Amino acid sequence: MAEAQNIPAGSTTAGSIAVAAESTVATRMSAPPSYDVADFPVPHGREEEWRFTPLERLRGLHDGSAVAQDGGVTVEVTAPEGVIVETVGRDDARVGKAGIPVDRVAAQAYSSFEKASVVSVPKETVVSEPIRIAVHGEGGVSYGHQIIELGAFAEAVVVIDHTGDGVLAANVDYLLGDGAKLTVVSVQDWDDKAVHVAQHNALVGRDASFKSIVVTFGGDLVRLQPRVQYAGTGGEAELFGLYFTDRGQHQEHRLFVDHNAAHCKSNAAYKGALQGTDAHAVWIGDVLIRASAEGTDTYEMNRNLVLTDGARVDSVPNLEIETGEIAGAGHASATGRFDDEQLFYLMARGIPETEARRLVVRGFFAELVQKIGLPDVEERLMASIEAELEASV
Amino acid sequence: MATLEIHDLHVSVEAENGPREILKGVDLTVKQGETHAIMGPNGSGKSTLAYSLAGHPKYTITGGTVTLDGEDVLEMTVDERARAGLFLAMQYPVEVPGVSVSNFLRTSATAVRGEAPKLRTWVKEVRETMERLQMDSSFAERNLNEGFSGGEKKRHEILQLELLKPKIAILDETDSGLDVDALRVVSEGVNRVRESGEVGTLLITHYTRILRYIKPDFVHVFAQGRIAESGGAELADKLENEGYEAYAKGGVTA
Repeated sequence: MAEAQNIPAGSTTAGSIAVAAESTVATRMSAPPSYDVADFPVPHGREEEWRFTPLERLRGLHDGSAVAQDGGVTVEVTAPEGVIVETVGRDDARVGKAGIPVDRVAAQAYSSFEKASVVSVPKETVVSEPIRIAVHGEGGVSYGHQIIELGAFAEAVVVIDHTGDGVLAANVDYLLGDGAKLTVVSVQDWDDKAVHVAQHNALVGRDASFKSIVVTFGGDLVRLQPRVQYAGTGGEAELFGLYFTDRGQHQEHRLFVDHNAAHCKSNAAYKGALQGTDAHAVWIGDVLIRASAEGTDTYEMNRNLVLTDGARVDSVPNLEIETGEIAGAGHASATGRFDDEQLFYLMARGIPETEARRLVVRGFFAELVQKIGLPDVEERLMASIEAELEASV
Repeated sequence: MATLEIHDLHVSVEAENGPREILKGVDLTVKQGETHAIMGPNGSGKSTLAYSLAGHPKYTITGGTVTLDGEDVLEMTVDERARAGLFLAMQYPVEVPGVSVSNFLRTSATAVRGEAPKLRTWVKEVRETMERLQMDSSFAERNLNEGFSGGEKKRHEILQLELLKPKIAILDETDSGLDVDALRVVSEGVNRVRESGEVGTLLITHYTRILRYIKPDFVHVFAQGRIAESGGAELADKLENEGYEAYAKGGVTA
């Protein structure tokens, strides 16, 4: 993609690599992490972690005025044999183990949920069929807590589908035992008015592999924070994401990989297409390599394709390195524009306009989709992308 | 026999203080098998003619007609013109993110030919054409025009010309920015297409250099938005010696 000359008006792709003794990734949050919502002041919108988010569209998730309703969101788990599906109380030891809420909405969700849904795969169990979690909004407000736990050397694929309409704030915890392999696909296929704010906390065990695929198509406002920490050395995390931001939608993905253990890897790649007036995509990629994390290998990348005028992208990669003893670290961010000249070029070769747009968008996403490694998910994603395009032309 | 007929073509662009007329009545007929060189100083409107024929949205046709085998070209969309047999090799081909050359070529060939080319013969056809243009096979996997050098962009334009086999090929300053080797390779590509006898070629150039490799049947001097003089290949020799000065003030010396 053209890196320099194709940045559309109304986009930022500022990035930074800092070599510092003290973490600014951690300190630039306006309040330290906490399970208690009372520890976070109500945001006013100028805080670093809120400055891109239209607070007025959070439907009260950020100021305590959104009250949970019965049946706001239904959760249905379909799991093959060998998988344990439970509903547990707040006092379960696994609740909150993977990570601490880092902002007011995540803390609100943590303070407000009543029962947590736990899906666990016992140690050394390899689940051949995907575990499916259907989260369906029924129009109301809901606070959720989902835990997915894999014992040592267990392997599983989990597909979480979000559909319907509603206001959902949630924490999703992934606990990976030593040597476990977990692939999670989280699809945000909400109706147009839905608001979804969630923090994803992965705690990756020694030599474990975590692969997260976040796919955001729907919703009025979706703000997700996929976060990774390592519980031992040798862990691997792949964070892939796709989003297709339409007219008026706000889709925000804020990644944080905390390299707190030695010899771990992380690779983040998010790609988004935007079309329509006031489509707004935000991507924050924070990577912190702590002094203890020697041998770290990390790369993060965000690419955006702006298909029409009036869309806005804010893409901010931020890599912070506290040790020089690393294997590799890098980041890239670029926002390109599909413009009239490109359209003219393709059409001048006989390709009709709708086909030309499709060609560009399909090509843009295909490379990332192919990395998912789950044929049925890949097919479904490409079909969704086609449908998004269909709706636009 | 395919014939492109341009009659009294007037074209404007939007400028700061309203529309500005660039083409002021162009008359030209290009028949299949013929090669016409259009030469002229910078700003004379040569490229405007090329892009107007291809249907670039920046240019507004304010008068005149363009027909291809009697069909009204000006009524067609950009892609319809290409499928009707018009091809424009661009001076500055744009980069298109996310689209590989191989995917692009196949999509384009499918659109222009009206059916998807058979995979086996297609792969061979592309490979052989690329070899003749001295393009590395890894080229096909690169993104369209992304990071291409000037020479690579031009070879890629001629690759498309060879694969799409248009009725009328418009080459907009294909020679500009090429070194002698690249110019020779690119010219050979154009000549292969011309030798088929099935293409009418409109060769737009600022320099006479390319005419040593591609022999025109007709040479037209473009000045101030219209054809100021027409002749045979010998007219190019005259331009080589005398330059465009005689035309710069709008005088017609013929």
